[in-house]
Amino acid sequence: MKVSLNWIKDFVDFDTDAKTYADVMTATGTKVEGYEILGEDIQNVVVGRIDSTEKHPDADRLTICSVSVGKERPVQIVTGATNIKAGDIVPVCLDGALLPGGKKIKAGKLRGVLSEGMLCSIEELGVTLHEFPYAAEDGILIIEEPCEIGQDIREALMLSDTVVDFELTFNRPDCLAFIGIARETAASFKKPFVLKEPKYNECKDGEKVGDYISVDIQNPVLCPRYSAAVVKNVKIAPSPLWLRMRLRAAGVRPINNIVDITNYVMLEYGQPMHAFDYSYISSHKIVVRNAKDGEEITTLDGNKHPLNSEMLCIADGEKPVALAGIMGGLNSEILDTTATVVFESANFNRSNIRHTSRAVGLRTESSGKFEKGLPPYNTVPALKRALELVEQLGCGDIVEGIIDVCNADIQPRKIKFDAEKVNALLGTELSFEEMAEIMKPLELIGDKAEGTLLVPPYRSDMERTADIAEEVSRLYGFDKIQPTLFKSEVTQGKLSPEQSFTADLKKLAVDLGFFEIATYSFVSPKSVDRIMLPEDDARRNFIKILNPLGEDTSVMRTTAIPSMLEVIAYNKNRKAEKIALFECAKLYFPTEDGLSEEKKSFVLASCGNGDFYDLKGCVESIFDSLGIKETKYTAEAAAAFHPGICASVKSKNKELGVIGAIHPAVAAEYSLPNDVYLAVLDVEKLFAVADTSKKFVKLPAFPSLTRDLALVMDKDIEAGVVAEKIRSFGGKTLESIKIFDVYTGKGVDEGKKSVAYNLVFRAADKTMSDADADTAVAKILKKLENEMGIVLR
Amino acid sequence: MKKQLEEISASAKAEISAVTDEASLRNVQVSYLGKKGKLTAILRGMGALSAEERPLIGALANEIRVDLEETIKLKLDSLKAAELENRLKNEKIDVTLPARSKSTGRFHPLSQVENELTEIFVGMGFEIAEGPEVELSYNNFDALNAPADHPSRDFQDTFYISPEVLLRTQTSPVQIRAMKGKTPPIRIISPGRVYRFDEVDATHSPMFHQLEGLVVGKGITMGDLKGTLAMFAKAYFGEETKTRFRPHNFPFTEPSAEVDVSCFVCGGKGCRLCKGEGWIEILGAGMVHPRVLENCGIDTDVYSGFAFGVGLERIVMIKYGIDDMRYLYENDLRFLSQF
Repeated sequence: MKVSLNWIKDFVDFDTDAKTYADVMTATGTKVEGYEILGEDIQNVVVGRIDSTEKHPDADRLTICSVSVGKERPVQIVTGATNIKAGDIVPVCLDGALLPGGKKIKAGKLRGVLSEGMLCSIEELGVTLHEFPYAAEDGILIIEEPCEIGQDIREALMLSDTVVDFELTFNRPDCLAFIGIARETAASFKKPFVLKEPKYNECKDGEKVGDYISVDIQNPVLCPRYSAAVVKNVKIAPSPLWLRMRLRAAGVRPINNIVDITNYVMLEYGQPMHAFDYSYISSHKIVVRNAKDGEEITTLDGNKHPLNSEMLCIADGEKPVALAGIMGGLNSEILDTTATVVFESANFNRSNIRHTSRAVGLRTESSGKFEKGLPPYNTVPALKRALELVEQLGCGDIVEGIIDVCNADIQPRKIKFDAEKVNALLGTELSFEEMAEIMKPLELIGDKAEGTLLVPPYRSDMERTADIAEEVSRLYGFDKIQPTLFKSEVTQGKLSPEQSFTADLKKLAVDLGFFEIATYSFVSPKSVDRIMLPEDDARRNFIKILNPLGEDTSVMRTTAIPSMLEVIAYNKNRKAEKIALFECAKLYFPTEDGLSEEKKSFVLASCGNGDFYDLKGCVESIFDSLGIKETKYTAEAAAAFHPGICASVKSKNKELGVIGAIHPAVAAEYSLPNDVYLAVLDVEKLFAVADTSKKFVKLPAFPSLTRDLALVMDKDIEAGVVAEKIRSFGGKTLESIKIFDVYTGKGVDEGKKSVAYNLVFRAADKTMSDADADTAVAKILKKLENEMGIVLR
Repeated sequence: MKKQLEEISASAKAEISAVTDEASLRNVQVSYLGKKGKLTAILRGMGALSAEERPLIGALANEIRVDLEETIKLKLDSLKAAELENRLKNEKIDVTLPARSKSTGRFHPLSQVENELTEIFVGMGFEIAEGPEVELSYNNFDALNAPADHPSRDFQDTFYISPEVLLRTQTSPVQIRAMKGKTPPIRIISPGRVYRFDEVDATHSPMFHQLEGLVVGKGITMGDLKGTLAMFAKAYFGEETKTRFRPHNFPFTEPSAEVDVSCFVCGGKGCRLCKGEGWIEILGAGMVHPRVLENCGIDTDVYSGFAFGVGLERIVMIKYGIDDMRYLYENDLRFLSQF
């Protein structure tokens, strides 16, 4: 909100530079976003009177003026302007003058004639026809304001002001008014805040406002209060300069006296107002009601809006005349011919205004304020202020009385005020009196005997000790509160076992060369089609977002594979060669109570970085470090994976996840090569089977013996299955078994393969002899041959 | 005989001195000291000597043998030294050739910052609390004292799953869950993903990360909040870091503050990062609103607390000078490998 400091000074007497003002206000909680010093860029420009004009001897289009500027002698100025004559009061740039935009004016000769400066237009002064409606658009500004010759133009035209831009918080709608900012200013600078009761004279001709108009609120929830007044014998005219320039500083365009008054009061009191042309209010009734479906209104901006029964409108006896709190109707607009005006000063429900404003696509200064929740208290004071301005500007006669239909509580309240409790919350040691003094400029009045704080009706945010603590602390100064370290029972700061486990898991992936990625939790529902999940896959049952940004982010993911493949493709397209990535991703599964079951999925991925066995090696290293033992890989054709290059991973008969190459069709879908390998693991299950308990085992006392066996078997027999068989046949002395080579080709029959196993034998109680080992091997070989037809090569 | 011995000694020494490799030296050794060696032959022939001569010659022969053995050993050492020197000369490699890559990966910068912050707060006695991202509207708004008609509840600001369920817009509902299940003292941080209805651009993302902290106990004051965050700021941004509290408004805290830290680039003098301000806004904080405590069944006559929150994306971006938030979710390896 842009605020004029000249305006604020109507209510608080303070004097400080803009920077200090901004810093102090921000420090006390009214945050300043920035400020602009108006008129700063105009220098050495004064009011002048053209005494005489004569034609330039050598240039038809130039005129030589003699201009009085309040000095001993007039200055001579050569101008190309055509709208001037002797006697005109004009802005004069003297030698060395500065104009907005950094323009410098210097004395010089124009076609041989000395020009000691320049006459300027409104544009050159940085103002517009809105502020100076009488000015010539393409000529010199002929000033019609009362002013003195030689006066600084900034003073004469009221061009100087400081405009401060505030960022206001949700809890303080009372600060959407300049008087609210003035109160805060007073409290921040410890100065008195003075707001005078508006005074005006009503027309004592026997007519009363009720003779003109009636107000009927049909929906008091959406309109808690409606106040109105009538002004007759209206003379529509431009507002005086001071009012126009104040509106300009606040960023509002001056229009005419009546409209300007409504805007002025809206800025000052924060209370949006509207003025109707009385002659267009049918039946002389104002009815505040929900619009009827099918009704429509053309607003002041000329746009037609269809209305519905959820929208509140101001209607007369027949039709809507305003979209309540948003914009008036064109049908009752104030025109130059308007003779009688109805001023509306009402309070509307903020949610309804917000929804209607969004529904019709129309946001105004007024709706913006109502959306923030204005205090109903303000309608009458604001209305009175408007009437005071009507009188001050002489723009009409005020009909006796005001109408005020009020269904809102507008009385001040008392809340409990215990200074000790405030101190206990803040860690301060302020007395009741000190606190009361701090809050006084905000019209928050402490009563020590009663232990209460009187809260004005526009401060609905003030309820209890914490609220008092906030007011006291921000005005006392947050910086004066001493930092302390809390005394409390000692708590042990640590990660839970599962949190540590997850952290270790991620760390191991990083150590093994994988880069962590972070992808969105919401995905396209089509993402599961792209990885070819079957129609009945549980992962197709999504948690759907009712109001997604777009289809691509409309469901919560149930698998992290699509995001991973997208990231691999993204990097592949950017010429990344060896890709190794991981994500510890949350997955979201719908539950019966409408919430979600959220599970962490750990996805390791490689592309251009080895084969299935490389990734399996990484998985095994991680398992080994985390104490995940007795793992078993079983061939399985999981969805999204290559049916022949895919295994489920189990430990202690618990399914931990899947590892494999992605399905060639999925690879094609993402334009990926075929060497993309994924391991998709369930973190919760990994944690459940991990056994990090460690126990010392004595180092072997006797040496071991090794035997390498090359075994010929059918191609389809899994080497791991044979290893398990060997283990079961090997007896107590078989310590370990490793597969170290697989061979097909010359020397091995078609349909067969040769697998090399390395067997280590050791006895716990003696040095094994070669004969012992040979006996064990012979037993193994015999059983292998009998049971599986496997023979030594 | 004596002369003969001296000749053998002299010629052996000459031969030893002449050899240039270990094998030749061994040959020389064998030819003099071996079973059929020249010196050995002399010793064998000593039987023919007189009883007087025998000990003299014997002693001399022995002396020569010891001397030769010593000489051979010295020669061997020098040959080995020369050989090693030679080998080292030939084994010089080009250290500028590229390495065989055994690189480790990296944590995502968001994780890195989360881990760093977590470590600091865990060190200060905080536990990590987690909660669901698909959350009850009650926990996300009502319990946190958000007014019923607060615009943040709108469809234009929050993603809804159903009228009562939404994607949490802050990690604060975790605080509600923590307070409901526990009696004070409570000291938790809750890092996690949150969601808001924002189109993706350089400074917005519909999904981002927060880390919030909550302390509830007896006699917790605003001064404690200041002290705690000042300690955190020093730990994270450096010992010289100052903090500044500016009053603000959040529904779930009262009083509320925005917290700035002195710019860690310029130290507060004003630079491009802090836009000349000398301060960088980093946290939101405040005393837990009594209504929030009451909503969780905590007696506000006995307990008070403070809470604070920080956006991880913001920290990552200012820490590393990243000017566009989209980098964080594109996962370009050229980006990820920088951190």
